Amino acid sequence: MRIPCPFCGERDAAEFLTIGSAPPPRPAADAPMAAWHDYVHLRDNPAGLHAELWQHIHGCRQWLRVMRDTRTHVVAGAEACRR
Amino acid sequence: MRHSALALLRHALTGNRSWAPSWRDPAPKAAYDTLIVGGGGHGLATAHYLAKNHGITDVAVLEKGWLGGGNVGRNTTIIRSNYLLPGNTPFYEKSMQLWEGLEQDLNYNAMVSQRGVLNLFHSDSQRDAYARRGNAMRLAGVDAELLDAAQVRAMVPGLNLDSQRFPVKGGLLQRRGGTARHDAVAWGFARAADQLGVDLLQNTEVTGIRIERGRVLGVETTRGFIGAKRVGLAVAGNTSRVAAMAGLRLPIESHVLQAFVSEAVKPMIDTVVTYGAGHLYVSQSDKGGLVFGGDIDGYNSYAQRGNLPVVHDVMECAVQLFPSMSRLRYLRQWGGIMDMSMDGSPIIDRTPVDGLFLNCGWCYGGFKATPASGWCFAHTIATGQPHALNAAFRLDRFATGHVIDEKGAGAQANLH
Amino acid sequence: MTRLATGGLIDRMQPRRFTFDGRGYQGYAGDTLASALLANGLRLVGRSFKYHRPRGIWGLGSEEPNALVELRAGGRQEPNTRATTAELFEGLVAHSQNRWPSLRFDVMAVNGLFGPLLSAGFYYKTFMWPSSFWEKVYEPLIRRAAGLGRAATAPDPDRYERMHAHCDVLVVGAGPAGLAAALAAARSGARVILAEEDFALGGRLLADRQEINGAPALDWVAWVLAELQNLPEVTLLPRTTVFGAFDHGTYGAVQRVADHLPEPPPDMPRQRGWTIVAKRVVLAAGAVERPIAFPGNDRPGVMSAAAVRGYIHRYGALPGRHAVVFTAGDDGLRTATALRDAGAEVTVVDPRPEAPAMPGMRVVAGARVVGTRGRLGLSAVQLDSGERIAADVLAVAGGWNPTLHLSAHQGGRPVWDAAQAAFLPGTPPPGMVVAGAAAGRFTLAACLADGAAAGLQAARDAGHDGRPLDLPQAEDEPAGLRALYHVPGRKAFVDFQHDVTVDDIALAAREGFRSVEHAKRYTTLGMATDQGRTANVVGLAILAEATGRGIAETGTTMFRPPYTPVTIGALAGAQTGRDFRPVRRTPLHAWSARHGASFVDSGAWQRAEWYARPGETGWRDSVDREVLQVRRAAGFCDVSTLGKIEVVGPDAAALLDFVYANTMSTLKPGRIRYGIMLREDGFVLDDGTCARLAKDRFFVTTTTANAARVMQHLEYAHQVLRPELDVAILSVTEAWAQIALAGPQARDVLAQVTQADVSNAALPHMACLDAAFVGGLRGRLYRISFSGELAYEIGVPPEAAEALADRLLAAGAVPYGTEALGVLRIEKGHAGGGELNGQTTAGDLGLGRMLSTTKDFIGRALAQRPALVDPARPVLVGLRGAGLRTGAHLLAPGAAAVTENDLGHVTAACWSPNLQQTIGLALLAEGRDRIGTRIRVFDALRGHDGEAEVAAPVFIDPEGTRTRG
Repeated sequence: MRIPCPFCGERDAAEFLTIGSAPPPRPAADAPMAAWHDYVHLRDNPAGLHAELWQHIHGCRQWLRVMRDTRTHVVAGAEACRR
Repeated sequence: MRHSALALLRHALTGNRSWAPSWRDPAPKAAYDTLIVGGGGHGLATAHYLAKNHGITDVAVLEKGWLGGGNVGRNTTIIRSNYLLPGNTPFYEKSMQLWEGLEQDLNYNAMVSQRGVLNLFHSDSQRDAYARRGNAMRLAGVDAELLDAAQVRAMVPGLNLDSQRFPVKGGLLQRRGGTARHDAVAWGFARAADQLGVDLLQNTEVTGIRIERGRVLGVETTRGFIGAKRVGLAVAGNTSRVAAMAGLRLPIESHVLQAFVSEAVKPMIDTVVTYGAGHLYVSQSDKGGLVFGGDIDGYNSYAQRGNLPVVHDVMECAVQLFPSMSRLRYLRQWGGIMDMSMDGSPIIDRTPVDGLFLNCGWCYGGFKATPASGWCFAHTIATGQPHALNAAFRLDRFATGHVIDEKGAGAQANLH
Repeated sequence: MTRLATGGLIDRMQPRRFTFDGRGYQGYAGDTLASALLANGLRLVGRSFKYHRPRGIWGLGSEEPNALVELRAGGRQEPNTRATTAELFEGLVAHSQNRWPSLRFDVMAVNGLFGPLLSAGFYYKTFMWPSSFWEKVYEPLIRRAAGLGRAATAPDPDRYERMHAHCDVLVVGAGPAGLAAALAAARSGARVILAEEDFALGGRLLADRQEINGAPALDWVAWVLAELQNLPEVTLLPRTTVFGAFDHGTYGAVQRVADHLPEPPPDMPRQRGWTIVAKRVVLAAGAVERPIAFPGNDRPGVMSAAAVRGYIHRYGALPGRHAVVFTAGDDGLRTATALRDAGAEVTVVDPRPEAPAMPGMRVVAGARVVGTRGRLGLSAVQLDSGERIAADVLAVAGGWNPTLHLSAHQGGRPVWDAAQAAFLPGTPPPGMVVAGAAAGRFTLAACLADGAAAGLQAARDAGHDGRPLDLPQAEDEPAGLRALYHVPGRKAFVDFQHDVTVDDIALAAREGFRSVEHAKRYTTLGMATDQGRTANVVGLAILAEATGRGIAETGTTMFRPPYTPVTIGALAGAQTGRDFRPVRRTPLHAWSARHGASFVDSGAWQRAEWYARPGETGWRDSVDREVLQVRRAAGFCDVSTLGKIEVVGPDAAALLDFVYANTMSTLKPGRIRYGIMLREDGFVLDDGTCARLAKDRFFVTTTTANAARVMQHLEYAHQVLRPELDVAILSVTEAWAQIALAGPQARDVLAQVTQADVSNAALPHMACLDAAFVGGLRGRLYRISFSGELAYEIGVPPEAAEALADRLLAAGAVPYGTEALGVLRIEKGHAGGGELNGQTTAGDLGLGRMLSTTKDFIGRALAQRPALVDPARPVLVGLRGAGLRTGAHLLAPGAAAVTENDLGHVTAACWSPNLQQTIGLALLAEGRDRIGTRIRVFDALRGHDGEAEVAAPVFIDPEGTRTRG
């Protein structure tokens, strides 16, 4: 699998680490416990286009938001989380 | 028709022409008491125990493809109950006890082979962690032994204990662990359930779950609507997609796990061995193929295939442990879709929808759990209450914090 | 001998001696083991898997199901090698396998008598009684009978390597289509890799006698290769099998670098595993002839017709002098011609009533073969007319199966083409085109044209513009075929190696295993080492017939890597033995080794565990001495493995407040604070220290085990969660050698090695400063303590580490290792790996009060979940008692040893030379309330069941006066 790093170019996925689904925005500090539970544990987990987080740990160490199809593994794009 | 050596001989003498189908191919009825979605190991076992333990035979199993086509047919066939945490150990030990009587229970030889499962360790801290686990097993009445390097050497000829990297210091052994012929498990449960009156509906894909006023009424399928009082989901790998039909969002990601088998060779490994300095478990099938598994690829996937980095990693570990394997060839590989839960442990529970029950989150340990999962899920569905053995496998445990995190990896699915 | 006097691509000037089952034979350079065996008149080569039936050579290449041998000997012994792909080298040693006591007389062949009993799935239906017999009796018997060859027991003396390559166009297969594709692509300037599994390039052109542009086709092959070899961007990889198509244009290949040599030269790996990333791929893997299932079709001497003519043309080996050709179409007639021209007496059996007459041979039209005779090899062929024809070779032509595997590795299902009676590629992976016979184009002209077009298009798609090739002239007459899959009768084999018969497939269907996947699994069709390359289509046709469906509706099973079996060593590459994983060594590693250290693996690191001195009889002597030395005088320990991270920038403090559960922004420059980080789920991630070097610069340490994860965590917190913060995070673990100096005399020792003022006033507990050291070194001093003694950590550049250690030694401190470090921390009750196990909360560790209530931080919210603040959770306590060992569980005294009574476990234990007793740390339910009481220590795993006294977790200096002294 190849991941298009916006900084380093297309690189083998073995250079990256992924933690799975890109989470929604982190709840506000005073958000109810249920919001925190959902934020940390619940996932859309679609069979199809999926927003996920990869870090180019053996490259520029940037965290990337990658759009990838979980049925075909086709990558639609990747962008840095911090721009 | 009961299977026996005599029956086999009788059929052989008559040219094997009078064998009956292993199960019926019924048309769906308009409604059933209970529907089990998913004709894999867990779904079929659930149907079997619903009928056998609870007398509920007005049951259909809905399978989108062919029976046993999911993870029960794509795993490394290992059975064991060497768990650490009290939420897990008694459940898996129940499973082991059911495995031990499965052939007689089902009248089907699933080739359960208690050849031992040996977890190698390579450092004092790993030994300590295994000691903690082994003692937890003993408390739960599970057999466990801590072997030193000499004992490991005697038990597994061909294993290189003295590698220059991560030499083997010993292992945690569960002698009652071993392997079972995975396809036969599915077929055995299917045949037994069918004989108790369960309808097995293949090529019947669920496309929707009908819910009214918070109560399940049945499911839409590619063969029309089928009504039911109770619906149990046992579709590990695809749980999120099916549960979404009922509006549920779950603590689960789907990941690919690859497995490998070598060309058949004469017996060379007599036990199941897991590596402690990398991701590898290996055993040898009765046919002679070495069966390997490693880590999940790490990314979400429904594609049932993985990539080369894990292939390389698994083969490196294999050669590191068994140097003579370098000249063998790997013959096949496959990928299964794993329900990776957020604490690495499963869910068998009711759901917020009345009459809808959930069996999921097996990560890559679902095969060994097959009988107990069916046993407990059947109990949960039949009585509306969890069995004591699956009491900890609650859906709401992430909200309350009662997680069952054997690895201590936290809420990141691909670390479990 | 059946070697023809002339012809073939063998080098008759270079004889090669070899042995098979201990007998000596001779072949030539350019032979395979199979062609040499045939040339020596051997037909019986192996035994089948289940019935141990005698088997010979069926095919010409990697599709071979029958002729499997054990090749080489000793540590190089390799089982299941196809004789058809093993290149002959001088001194080759091969043995037949899966037989006992000999190939000609195999007692396991008795299985064949029980054929009907051993039908598909028989083992699922029996061996259940008595229940204990399965593992004790039946299973060992089955295991011994099954399997094929034997693995080596000695270590493999050869080495392997892995290679990565990138190219514009990868061409798989160097037959006519592949060569044309490679040439068309290469001429455009594209970077081309041409991979061919055979040792010779040319594909079927090597095996057939065809013409291109009116000249022998091999002249054209030579001309193309000459040009390709001269193009700088072209890499030719013979002996290289592309075995898998993975995501995004990544292909796995294995190159047999030295398998054709008696042994690899010292500078050469045996095999090389390739990862090839290709922008475009032309799959030109050709096609393989399939058999026809008829009774007795497995007897040695029954061969693929295409293989028979291949042996004649390529190797000058005549498989038999009395030949019958059983062909479902015109293609087999080419073999008949080749046999006739080689001097054999030929009879053609053609089921087509209109079968054409052939000069110089007898043609039996409208007939079928229904049986064979012969004990260990073919002696006669039985026709449905009742006629029996004496024969020593039966060439069978059942039609061609395109080798489309790679096109289907990403889920693109093959499509049945009824007109050609073949599965053709469906949707190949992105970037791949299939050309030539693999795409169902079976004439030479079509292969050349298809390949040339595919190669050109691939190059263009990869960004290289080229011109079309001038297409050479070649035969373009398709061979007629009337599909024939099987002939009625018993013992008609579909999967030769696994002994799957027509009856087995019919039985599976009868028993309800009607799905193609069910039938495969129930019968094991296509699961042998040839992966069904000869068997599958015939099997599908029979299943389709048995279930009343068409072949298209029946479909194929999934295609997955590898295309052919791949050597495990080639995939492991050089990453074995010492090089299995990288080793991380500290700057003091060599120094420690010189001073008697033994080392322990700690992740990738190797750490000194103790420093043995002459006269010490065991590790305990060394460790006890080191511990006492620290408590009584001074010792120093290499802690360079701790993760070290600099966090720099105007918002550095804000980020640290966010990732630490306690507050760091209030820390003054020059001061240090202990901190804990939680995961967002509220459990403890790691602990360590945080030193504020300047207003905008912090130095964070992590545990050795969690260094990488904490670094990721900080980067995640910054880049994903708080991207607005202006901060930079840098791992500096390797930039510093870090040495802990501890003990009541630590200050005195330190004063001897540094010019800095290290008085309590200048460097109080939890302070840090830049320092100059004796000898002109610069570094940092941190006054922190893990041991509970007066202690410092000294950071110096790695190259200065040895000089510093020498000076510390000279100043009176002794080195101590990780074991003593462990004892010291247990005595002091500091959390370590046993407690920071990802399952504990701050409260469990007695650190609950560190969680700030005045700021947001990672893990704050979920740390308040009911189960995480449950007062019944096990908490950190100390234990005293003989026999304590890490991993023991804790029970109330008198309580039964069952899970329900489990109160916790021992997380660390050691002999304390200071306290002169065994002490430990534990996580114990209601632990604080149990301090002073007795607890049962359950360690059945190691035969111990005793008691211990529960104590506070700090055994030494609970007031902390030593640390501050």
